[in-house]
Amino acid sequence: MGRDITLGQFMPGHSVIHRLDARSKILLLISYIVFIFIAGNYMSLLLITMASLLVVLSTRISFKMYLKSMRVILFVVLFTGILNIFYGSGEVLWEWWIIKITQGGINNAIFVTVRIATLVMISSVLTFTTSPSDLTDAIERLLKPLTVFHIKVHEIAMMMTIALRFIPVLLEETDKIMNAQKARGADMESGNVFKRVKALIPVLIPLFVSSFRRANDLAMAMECRCYNGGKGRTRMRILRFSGVDLFALIFSLVIFSGVILCNIYFSPLTR
Amino acid sequence: MAVLKAENIRLVYGAGTAFEKTALKDLSFEIEKGEFIGIIGHTGSGKSTLVQLLNGLLRPTYGKIYLNGKDIWHEPKKIREVRFKVGMVFQYPEYQLFEETVYKDISFGPVNMGLSEEEIDKRVREAAGFVGLKDELLTKSPFDLSGGEKRRAAIAGVIAMDPDVLILDEPTAGLDPLGRDALLSQISSYHSVRKNTVLLVSHSMEDIARIADRILVLSHGEKVMLDTAENVFSRGSELEELGLRVPQITRIMMLLRESGIPVNTNILTVEQAFNEIVNLSV
Repeated sequence: MGRDITLGQFMPGHSVIHRLDARSKILLLISYIVFIFIAGNYMSLLLITMASLLVVLSTRISFKMYLKSMRVILFVVLFTGILNIFYGSGEVLWEWWIIKITQGGINNAIFVTVRIATLVMISSVLTFTTSPSDLTDAIERLLKPLTVFHIKVHEIAMMMTIALRFIPVLLEETDKIMNAQKARGADMESGNVFKRVKALIPVLIPLFVSSFRRANDLAMAMECRCYNGGKGRTRMRILRFSGVDLFALIFSLVIFSGVILCNIYFSPLTR
Repeated sequence: MAVLKAENIRLVYGAGTAFEKTALKDLSFEIEKGEFIGIIGHTGSGKSTLVQLLNGLLRPTYGKIYLNGKDIWHEPKKIREVRFKVGMVFQYPEYQLFEETVYKDISFGPVNMGLSEEEIDKRVREAAGFVGLKDELLTKSPFDLSGGEKRRAAIAGVIAMDPDVLILDEPTAGLDPLGRDALLSQISSYHSVRKNTVLLVSHSMEDIARIADRILVLSHGEKVMLDTAENVFSRGSELEELGLRVPQITRIMMLLRESGIPVNTNILTVEQAFNEIVNLSV
């Protein structure tokens, strides 16, 4: 269980993308996502998708891993894609009873599918190429301005680190408890929804109990090492912007201006 | 007829991926009804994998496992039946407790088996008796028990299914010496009363030597020995090469013999050693 989930898994490497500062990666990711949705016709969509594919390829992580992470949401993508075919205006291509397929509907379907697929792919780049500690560190640094409003940014980042760190531990624990209950004849594979939810109780209660126990132990261990929040805390690895970040920024700006130009130059799509 | 028989079982984790790892290599053995088998091996030798295969929690990549002469994966849909017949107590089983009362928790297995209420009641009380849980504890919440009591309650939950084969994975880990001795003697009295088969995985050579009829030694997923305790522990140097050792008392007798005192070295318990030395001086 859980071994097939690649979404959100870190894969160490030395590619250009790996060497980018985690802060630039987060900010660029957000702008890529924005521009995926700004793209308003086929030309601009093609441009941003190609750029995203280029980024994906330059991570030097096997494309299979990206496909795997997309498999999780495959159903959602197909479902929304197919549903979109039937909504839309414009020239009617095919009609039967109350079902109408229009040019706009097909455009919609293609757009939704490509957008979601690109979105997942480019988001995977961030989690695949950034270690969890770098990621939370970057989030902490990016949220720093919020300390003005007395928001405890360090504490939030620490909680995120701990949560990420304990995902595999909890998965393993779940596996163990499930096996133990299965050995006592718990049946988790058959029955209707209600039966299955009920069958989870013998797994969830021990899991809860052990999570609290672990949380308690961890808090104790942190206190024993004199942890008292973010004040005056130094870092072993300091995030630094470098030439790679500048290059990534310029590359992205070119792409983004291209998207805008395409939007202006070519006519918008019928929806 | 052997109650459990493994035929060339092999288990490969993550077959076909970069993380492929062979946990067990072509293991074959037979265990007779009523035997008490000790399983020893260094960390990562495949002990835990083996015991999970035996009750159908894992499925072998190759090979077959027979329970009472029937292939356990013959009908995958009925694998639950196998799990009722081969009871499995995991390491630190106290973490699987979840019910409101100890009584309900012990009855989880029997209820899943679909037994009648009287039968369940009988089994719960018997199982609690075997592990020495007092009646008044049965109405308490399992989370209010002490660590040792929790462990006993969890073991009772498996015994209550009245399995043909009982497997215990390190049941004494983390208990104090008194608790350990008490639990082991309860397990051995359960074994002698019920006359069923017990498999005990342990790191403690002393425990195994005292209680097991035969010992299965695993190393790197392979069967190295399956023999009586005397025979296994007479091969002390081989065991040490595998990262294991003989019981301390056996080691003492071996050292005595090396220093020229003519004692027998196939001694496994302190009592035996005591008698041997007393006889010597007579």
